[in-house]
Amino acid sequence: MKPAAFKYVRAATVPEAASLLAEYGDEAKVLAGGQSLIPMMSMRLARPEVLVDIARIPGLNEIEANGVLTIGATTTQSAVIRSDVVSAFAPIIGVALGHVGHVGNRSRGTFGGTVAHADPASEMPAVLLALDAEIIATGPSGQRTIAVEDFFVTTFETALADDEVLTSIRLLAPTGNACWSFNEVARRHGDYALVGVAATAELDGAGKVTKARIALSGVSDTPVRVKEAEESLIGKTLSDGAKVAGEIVSSSIDPPGDFHATKQYRIEVAGAIVTRALNEMADQKGTR
Amino acid sequence: MSTNDQSAAATAEERIVRITVNGTAMSGIAEPRLLLHDFLRHELELTGTHAGCEHGVCGACTIRLNGEVVRSCIMFAVQADGASIETVEGMANNGVLHPIQVAFQEEHGLQCGFCTPGMLMATQTLLEENPDPSEDEIREYLSGNICRCTGYVGIVASVKSAAKKLSVIQSNANGKA
Ligand SMILES: Cc1cc2nc3c(=O)[nH]c(=O)nc-3n(C[C@@H](O)[C@H](O)[C@H](O)COP(=O)(O)OP(=O)(O)OC[C@H]3O[C@@H](n4cnc5c(N)ncnc54)[C@H](O)[C@@H]3O)c2cc1C
Ligand code: FES
Ligand code: FES
Repeated sequence: MKPAAFKYVRAATVPEAASLLAEYGDEAKVLAGGQSLIPMMSMRLARPEVLVDIARIPGLNEIEANGVLTIGATTTQSAVIRSDVVSAFAPIIGVALGHVGHVGNRSRGTFGGTVAHADPASEMPAVLLALDAEIIATGPSGQRTIAVEDFFVTTFETALADDEVLTSIRLLAPTGNACWSFNEVARRHGDYALVGVAATAELDGAGKVTKARIALSGVSDTPVRVKEAEESLIGKTLSDGAKVAGEIVSSSIDPPGDFHATKQYRIEVAGAIVTRALNEMADQKGTR
Repeated sequence: MSTNDQSAAATAEERIVRITVNGTAMSGIAEPRLLLHDFLRHELELTGTHAGCEHGVCGACTIRLNGEVVRSCIMFAVQADGASIETVEGMANNGVLHPIQVAFQEEHGLQCGFCTPGMLMATQTLLEENPDPSEDEIREYLSGNICRCTGYVGIVASVKSAAKKLSVIQSNANGKA
């Protein structure tokens, strides 16, 4: 029994969860899959007085696609990986989720949790940035939509208010001939990656890039887009632009160094995996 | 957030947790902070599930919850209320080892045995999902289960041997049907 004592409340509905969060303020935390929060509590890095368990709220774990893809926050990562709807709409999501921890973490860890936790080394925030996703949050006064660009504030901090529950993630279908790639370098499979890249592009009839988004994990306190590298691809085929885009990425990021990898190593890996991702991308068609 | 254990303890109420373990309905008392592996080991006295790192990294505490591989050290017992759980105690049948256990014994898939309950539960789920996994698939699936003794070679051989044993049992069963 390692965590400090707390009060446990299992919310039956989203409004109930939001009002509990409003009542207890910053002493309360949402509990979803617990795969990040419980280890942090066991190590006493987190000590919430109240946990509001949202995992059994009916309807919060549904996946729906009708022009727009909506993934409910408490859908487990394993369920998202298994979903044919998700893999048809955005194959990058399942591929990248396969890198989130191990099978025994993904069976409990939720899709919303890996976004709300806002670990800058985490895969899904970068993927959602590359997909231009929308985050739906519900608080005591109702629902709002947050653009992914505005969602990640800094390490472990998001635009969610203390009394808001992330209820779903929404993706719009792209317009053109779209493709995607996900790539990361980790010391061991299932570890947090040293650097990861999620990239998406839309191509014209001649295979030239009309739009591109390149998002990196592990290089800053939030996932980051490298817009200059994205722009460098416009009007070129992916394979023609891949090398230069990787070089731009290396010269424009300022990643941290730690005992897993030095700053310089991360700079070089980031450039290399961006080039690799762009070279692989033309073969990875998919709505996105 | 509290810096004082006692004030927090005052708000923590114990509750009854009811779960089905290896097919038998069981219940026990848990305060919210009681982790599931401690509940299994101390409250239900099922010590087959091991506690290693106790923060989600090593896989020693792996159980199956509603058919999925789960780490019981990063789940509170109260979260499992109503669930159906399988632990290593449920594998052998009337003292006869399960074919996966036999394979681990024959292929030296264990030495000290600390990681073994978790390895067995993960292997059982892997082979249900993928009855004939490649070495890469085995290594990826078991990447969350750390073994400090075997060097994994014996474990991979055990899983392969278990897959063969189970497929023979399956085809015999189909033959009879
Ligand atoms: C061994 C191990 C390896 C891991 N490796 C990786 C990895 O490689 N990549 C990776 O990305 N992650 C990794 N993780 C973490 C990942 O498994 C978690 O699932 C994820 O970070 C959090 O999801 P969760 O549902 O478990 O959330 P919880 O742990 O329940 O919550 C995490 C945080 O998010 C908040 N939160 C959760 N859901 C909501 C919501 N709907 N609304 C508002 N707030 C919410 C909680 O209050 C808490 O602060 C790893 C974890 C372990 C134990
Ligand atoms: S004891 Fe649970 S993962 Fe190590
Ligand atoms: S047999 Fe000793 S840890 Fe695996």
